[in-house]
Amino acid sequence: MKRGLISPSERATPAIRRTLRMVQGLLLGALLLTGLGPMLWLAKAAVTPTQDTLRTPLSLFPTGVDLTNLLTAWTRVEIDKYFLNTVVIAAGSWLVQLVVATTAGYALAILRPRYGRLVTAVVLGTLFVPAIVLLVPLYLTVVRAGMINTFWAVWLPAGASAFNVVLVQRFFANLPREVLEAARVDGAGPVRVFWSVVLPLSRPILGVVSVFAVVASWKDFLWPLLVLPDPAVQPLSVRLPALQRYVELDVFLAALAISSVIPVALFLVFQRLFLQSGALEGAVKG
Amino acid sequence: MAAVVVPPPPAPRRRTPSTWVRRGGLTTLLFLLPLLLVFGVFSWAPIAQSVVMSFQQTNLVGPVRFVGLDNFAQVLGDPLLWTAVGNTLWFAVLALVFGYPIPLVAAVLISEVRARRGLFSALAYLPVVVPPVVAVLLWKFFYDASPSGVFNTVLGWAGLGPWQWLQNPGSAMPALVLEATWAAAGGTVIIYLAALAGVPAEQYEAAEIDGAGIWRKIWHVTLPRLRGVLLVTFILQIIGTAQVFLEPFLFTGGGPANSTMTVLLLIYDYAFASSLGGDYGAATALSIMLAAVLAVLSALYLRVTKSWSAS
Repeated sequence: MKRGLISPSERATPAIRRTLRMVQGLLLGALLLTGLGPMLWLAKAAVTPTQDTLRTPLSLFPTGVDLTNLLTAWTRVEIDKYFLNTVVIAAGSWLVQLVVATTAGYALAILRPRYGRLVTAVVLGTLFVPAIVLLVPLYLTVVRAGMINTFWAVWLPAGASAFNVVLVQRFFANLPREVLEAARVDGAGPVRVFWSVVLPLSRPILGVVSVFAVVASWKDFLWPLLVLPDPAVQPLSVRLPALQRYVELDVFLAALAISSVIPVALFLVFQRLFLQSGALEGAVKG
Repeated sequence: MAAVVVPPPPAPRRRTPSTWVRRGGLTTLLFLLPLLLVFGVFSWAPIAQSVVMSFQQTNLVGPVRFVGLDNFAQVLGDPLLWTAVGNTLWFAVLALVFGYPIPLVAAVLISEVRARRGLFSALAYLPVVVPPVVAVLLWKFFYDASPSGVFNTVLGWAGLGPWQWLQNPGSAMPALVLEATWAAAGGTVIIYLAALAGVPAEQYEAAEIDGAGIWRKIWHVTLPRLRGVLLVTFILQIIGTAQVFLEPFLFTGGGPANSTMTVLLLIYDYAFASSLGGDYGAATALSIMLAAVLAVLSALYLRVTKSWSAS
């Protein structure tokens, strides 16, 4: 195994080994408390009656478990509907982002038209414009296009992600060109090369873009709040703060727990992908 | 960018539309169409429009009038702006004090874990995947001011409290920053871990031959190797905190006594809070000014990452 800061001989020193073990134990404790603690508390509170959570928030089920919270949240508070909206919004944003990033990446990195550099430059330029500048004019665009209260108002603007285009373009540019050349010699046209050669070779980067797309969509709050004023089409993130005002506490906490399940589950399943893309974010995002 | 796939065909005398189509120009354009449409309508046009609107008086209903620099004058003359700028700076300073050293220390410690390092980094990253709205609403409950609030219960064990976390103008902002730090630190830890993995073992060995202990190795090898990435996360954090919105919007709505009113919240209020129709001119004028400040920081960021990836 590759060594780090502390050398093998230092690790063998009893004093250092003891200190290291203690520090790492404390670190694990702190990480469990801050990383896992709030989530575990939320999971507990989701199945605890309101009065218990209010009086003794840190005791474990003083008067037993109340599983009906979850059911009430799912059915009577219609979390099922907002959950479905969230999934549909995330799926659409994901698809639009993938279509835009892959087609553009293919055109710019492999077909390479003369005006490609100009397009790349103008796309890159938007990385320097903070999202807030877009907020008002984008809102007015959506209003004028009559897209208010439709999912298109969220799906289409999500596609305008320069970050995705840059990532995919860079990946495509590094694909082995012998393979593309061979496909072309075999008589494959640009569309077929794109669909049957480039896309299958690009699974890793498509995975990264997909994780970014779904997570960002699940997290988004301000934009859907503005363009989806009708509760019937709102995602969870927009609906939860409003629910807080008229739903009982235990049911509300159950709703919060349900809203976290999918992102946390996705993270546990695709941990490696998340941690990789997280590191990538620091290297590319501006 | 070196991968030239098509060997350039012998240049023809004249480029006609039909040779352009035959050589795949049209196909290329069709492949670019989704990008051009989506960016055109939802990015480039709104950016241009934003600049124009900052010189206009407009609210969906009445006629549009050009008003020169009036919007800028109006915004700069709004006493609330300076409160918001002050609060945003205060947020940024607090976020640096809380949020800057913690991920670095955590990452250095995690990188020295031999068994189950994945567990450590997964735990550190977990808060990042919690949806931000859920995190804020959950913490809002934790900050409950009654003696049986979650944090006040813990304080009670130590014989302290109860504190009015969010209701007190002095403690509201630190409370917001605490939550924001919890939510974001994991992402920074992952960035540092990637950078730490890139420190060559030979440099540590060389330092050891010179007789350096653990602290001296941290000071003379680890930190200098991380200089670039430390600067990057610093600038990214400033850019991020300058645009803080979710926490003040959901925790406090800018209160108590405007103590958590931030620049972005003010832009939102100008444009969308009034039921009489938004003051879109003022909102865009303020966002253009904020963008100008952030553009300087972004340019700095680009310079740093460029020289950093070159070295």
